[in-house]
Amino acid sequence: MTKVSMTVNGKPASGEVEGRTLLSSFLREDLGLTGTHVGCDTSQCGACVVHVNGKAVKSCTMLAAEADGAEVSTIEGQAAPDGTLNAIQQAFQDHHGLQCGFCTPGMVMSAAALLKDNPKPTEAEVRAYLEGNICRCTGYHNIVKAIMAASGQDVSAIAAE
Amino acid sequence: MPKDSGIGASPKRREDLRFLTGTGNYTDDINLSGQAYVHFLRSDVAHGKINGIDTAAAAAMPGVIRIFTGADFEGVGSIPCGWQVTDRHGQPMQEPAHPVLAQGKVRYVGDAIAAVVAESREQARDAAEAIELDIEELPAVIDMKEAVKEGAPKVHDDLTSNLCYDWGFVEENKPAVEEAFANAAHVTTLELVNNRLVANPMEPRVAVGDFNRATGESTLYTTSQNPHVIRLLMGAFVLGIPEHKLRVIAPDVGGGFGTKIFHYAEEAFCTFAAKALNRAVKWTSTRSEAFMTDAHGRDHVTKIELALDAENNFTAIRTDTYANMGAYLSTFAPSVPTWLHGTLMAGNYKTPLIYVNVKAVFTNTVPVDAYRGAGRPEATFQLERVIDKAARELGVDPIALRRQNFITEFPYATPVAVEYDTGDYHATMDKLIDVADFAGFKARRAESEKNGKLRGLGVNCYIEACGIAPSNLVGQLGARAGLYESATVRVNATGGLVVMTGSHSHGQGHETSFPQVIADMIGIDESMVEIVHGDTANTPMGMGTYGSRSLAVGGSAMVRATEKIIAKAKKIAAHILEASDADIELKDGQFSVAGTDKSLAWGDVTLAAYVPHNYPLEDMEPGLEETAFYDPANFTYPSGAYACEVEVDPETGKITIERFAAADDFGNIVNPMIVDGQVHGGIGQGIGQALLEGCVYDENGQLLSASYMDYAMPRADDLPFYQVDHSCQTPCTHNPLGVKGCGEAGAIGSPPAVVNAVVDALQSAGKDVTHIDMPLTPNRVWSAMNS
Ligand code: FES
Ligand code: FES
Repeated sequence: MTKVSMTVNGKPASGEVEGRTLLSSFLREDLGLTGTHVGCDTSQCGACVVHVNGKAVKSCTMLAAEADGAEVSTIEGQAAPDGTLNAIQQAFQDHHGLQCGFCTPGMVMSAAALLKDNPKPTEAEVRAYLEGNICRCTGYHNIVKAIMAASGQDVSAIAAE
Repeated sequence: MPKDSGIGASPKRREDLRFLTGTGNYTDDINLSGQAYVHFLRSDVAHGKINGIDTAAAAAMPGVIRIFTGADFEGVGSIPCGWQVTDRHGQPMQEPAHPVLAQGKVRYVGDAIAAVVAESREQARDAAEAIELDIEELPAVIDMKEAVKEGAPKVHDDLTSNLCYDWGFVEENKPAVEEAFANAAHVTTLELVNNRLVANPMEPRVAVGDFNRATGESTLYTTSQNPHVIRLLMGAFVLGIPEHKLRVIAPDVGGGFGTKIFHYAEEAFCTFAAKALNRAVKWTSTRSEAFMTDAHGRDHVTKIELALDAENNFTAIRTDTYANMGAYLSTFAPSVPTWLHGTLMAGNYKTPLIYVNVKAVFTNTVPVDAYRGAGRPEATFQLERVIDKAARELGVDPIALRRQNFITEFPYATPVAVEYDTGDYHATMDKLIDVADFAGFKARRAESEKNGKLRGLGVNCYIEACGIAPSNLVGQLGARAGLYESATVRVNATGGLVVMTGSHSHGQGHETSFPQVIADMIGIDESMVEIVHGDTANTPMGMGTYGSRSLAVGGSAMVRATEKIIAKAKKIAAHILEASDADIELKDGQFSVAGTDKSLAWGDVTLAAYVPHNYPLEDMEPGLEETAFYDPANFTYPSGAYACEVEVDPETGKITIERFAAADDFGNIVNPMIVDGQVHGGIGQGIGQALLEGCVYDENGQLLSASYMDYAMPRADDLPFYQVDHSCQTPCTHNPLGVKGCGEAGAIGSPPAVVNAVVDALQSAGKDVTHIDMPLTPNRVWSAMNS
């Protein structure tokens, strides 16, 4: 067992982990941050995406020990302390970008990373970026729309009813 | 002007707040004190005889609490099947036992042989690797047609063959159908495969069993679409626990699509082991395990023939289908290729004679059961493909051929035993032509050609039977359950309502849409209504969510219970206002006496129900809580027309979906935003089936597509924005909301549109391609073009 310490959503967090403990397990099981989801075992689905030192990372592919000393942020840290949703979360709600909610934390975290690098992505850029995030519920329509809306683009002309 | 509340409005979903902030409560988020973990040792051969299981070394490993094998489950019940199909000769289907852990034999890759319970997940897994197995591999049967041949290895030694049933529908129609084919002016024949799929909700299955020694009560937390059904099946048939000692909770569930309807062995195991060990026992499926153990979907091999007269009227349909059951009968498996498939073979058309034959077959593969649409996509696909092929053979416009044969008068009794109450197929087709901009297709095709691409337009219609189902009817058809739904509406003293429903929400947004209905009925704010679901301890007996039934059946139960509430509240108001009940009106949350200015607020009446100082106690009990069970009079029949435009790269065979449009008739709509979302998701899965997804076994029964590396899930860049329209509305005539259901339409309506479009593209370039089996991978398309 080794001791790991990191900053998670701005607060110090530490624990004793086995060498093989994944960051996703550490967040979910040791820290009780169950907003980060695990949807696969081949690093394909993106339900587990968090930010490590400002970069989007699939937390199921990183060992907890590798995140020692890092700044980690998860879905639980996205809304303001008073519960106000951030722009991406709000756009997901406004545009019905989620159904069962299981892929949603990863989608929101990936979208945040995308918009940081590319503040006004095109539809094609959003779709390409989401290649590593699988959603089985929405057919992606409203997810893409929500992310474009969160970037301040007018999505009212996008096919709807 | 769109409404901002009540029926027809699209309020933002209230469940989103927890899902967007990471505070949802999914089954894997539940950890009970003292919880142990189970890891299942699963068969890596498709068929084998278990000669020995040596657990001694594994049992001695660190953290191991106990190792269970099939021997521990002797005397425990078999996982039951909920539907008995009767074959063409009046005989019941063959129904093998389905043990919780394998007994004597393993029958598919993934069949559970032993279960290790340990202090940690890792210890359980490590110990499972130390179990020594002596398994004698037997020849496996994978191909359905091989499986029913004389002398094929038997999946179940105690059955007479691998044929579960040979079903004919409607058997009496057969001679007339034969005659119609003999007299036909034209017959179009198509052989096709409806590809085997894996539902793949993003949340893998999880089960946590718990036991309370003090009360003797077992609790199971599980990823289920219907916790009451699990309680009944597992309690009554497998473990022998009466319902009052068994609580099943399905909290937030991360998608279902059918595969979380069924009762699975892991649920029974965790419940059983929790009691045996007096500790909570948790199982979390990995995705690889999900591929090997979640019931798969589709997997039909079909030959369909369509007979037409000299005027191109459809005169008869005949189909022959082999339907894979896998190694055991999953909960509703026998009903899918029969009553959910054969009864839909009329589609939107007035074909007078239909005969459907289905042979259900056991193979050494994962059990197959309902997946979004369940039987209806298989019916729609073959029908809409064969009609398209017929149009091309006859040189007529595929839309005109459909229109000519549309059913136009309702109610309409089909030759396959169902009666459509309402529909307007010309209206949805007209709407589609508009929404999909058919007028611009020629120009778009010319543009594609300039870029060296082939462009095709595919159209199809669909009809489905939803709102499952009238209990007396399904009872006659072999269902071992009633298919009503229930709701309890509890009004609190201060006027807020809690609706406890047997419907389950796992993405459908019931917590938002159900209150819209009640808010309209009473004239109060939606925020005064709370929906409770997913826990057998605090909801009345429910049948759950599948078959696009939640609003049509569960919503109807809620309406009926609310009507009882309103009737009682009016009596209370009449008493206080000193008027007759018949004169009391309820509007905007106010009770008033007709023709006077006397009125009482909703909250005054609800308070009086619980503080009955001025109350007709001699006539009525205090309190305001009512339950209703709603058993539908018929199925509902949503319908629609779909269009897909594809580009095919002739160099590589790669297909891109350029445009996709859907015009649906769902009857009345409660929340248009949620309905759009349901259609989007269904289309995404339907395009997935058409282009990408396919479950592959090799001849030895090894599952080759067992991860997201090998099973192609649709990703954002595989799909376009969709144009969806549901302004054509012919309300259902037999439920109080006039709703039909929208959950499965997209998955039913979209695969034939895609394949029709690809065939259109290829034929536009002079290729003689009449059919390609799904998924239409570049390889298959290229080969079809170049053969
Ligand atoms: S759980 Fe990390 S990619 Fe699927
Ligand atoms: S919302 Fe269910 S998987 Fe995306």
